[in-house]
Amino acid sequence: MRLITHNMLQCHVRGCNANNFPLELQEVVLEQEEAEMNEDFLRNMLGKLEYDALVATCHKLDINDLPVTLPEDAQYNEEFLQILHRIILETHVKSGKMVCPNCNHTYSIRDGIPNMLLAEHEV
Amino acid sequence: MKLKELEGYLQDVAVFENPKIKLEQYPTTPHLAARMLYTAHTTYDDIENKAVGDFGCGCGILSIAAAMLGSAYNIGFEIDPDAIAIAQENCAEFEIEMDFILTDLSASPAPSATDGVPPNSRGPYEMMKGKLDTIVMNPPFGTKLKGIDMVFLKKGIDLANHVVYSLHKTSTREHVLKKAKEWGVECEVLAELKYNLDKSYQFHKKQSLDIAVDFLRFEKKPRSNTTA
Repeated sequence: MRLITHNMLQCHVRGCNANNFPLELQEVVLEQEEAEMNEDFLRNMLGKLEYDALVATCHKLDINDLPVTLPEDAQYNEEFLQILHRIILETHVKSGKMVCPNCNHTYSIRDGIPNMLLAEHEV
Repeated sequence: MKLKELEGYLQDVAVFENPKIKLEQYPTTPHLAARMLYTAHTTYDDIENKAVGDFGCGCGILSIAAAMLGSAYNIGFEIDPDAIAIAQENCAEFEIEMDFILTDLSASPAPSATDGVPPNSRGPYEMMKGKLDTIVMNPPFGTKLKGIDMVFLKKGIDLANHVVYSLHKTSTREHVLKKAKEWGVECEVLAELKYNLDKSYQFHKKQSLDIAVDFLRFEKKPRSNTTA
């Protein structure tokens, strides 16, 4: 799972409806894998990213290259787009867990796959 | 890339080792996968540079086809970890980047009246709404769990930013078109195709069976009040 995907996942335990995003990554093993950069796609994603959540998640992972606020010229800021590309599309979470900030439910990540399945009573 | 060429490459996509009948696991044939994605790409420009979601992705053939046609981001939703493992191998073989979520798309959202939660506001995919440009799927047709194809379809339409491509039995066309109208999406029957099911399970009496399936495109109308 790349960080772009993590940026779209939230807790869905029954009754957990507020403050359930972003899921906190813990005990993670990260891996960098080079990928071709697609500027058109990145520009298109800019408005869709939960940028604050991404920055917060990165800080916890000790990745501190992203500016705290989205640059105004982000669309055409080559340097920024490269950093963003590296972080959301080249940073893979290989294993670890994601913990809900609200209800503390833990979702495991194995072989790069987040397990979002819930037990019967949690649905 | 030409259609035949795409179909040729897709011949090398590995399929289920031990298909699970409960999940209605039938591999999407290279022929069908190529037709679907090639049309989405060449006729509608819904693939290149797009974020593409794959519902019930199985061994990943639809996403692999999308990636070969230039999709920028691929994510598969699948309940079966064995299928995901094969899909991951396929992606590695094809040198394609694809993320997976182990998830249950058949779970229906909680009714709104009981707990005040707005309809469809549940599921781990709520944050994903509007972020995937295109969603493709070959859903279970509901021979084991009636109506499940429509549950998949509704979720896809809720989630997609723009468009959903899906396969449904031709015999259910009237019902699908009626639902699409109810949901306020434009539905177009792009083709009636033959889905050749090789003898995957013991209960199949014939060696191979053709069923008629509709290849459908559902386009969401642009929202009147655009909230960024």
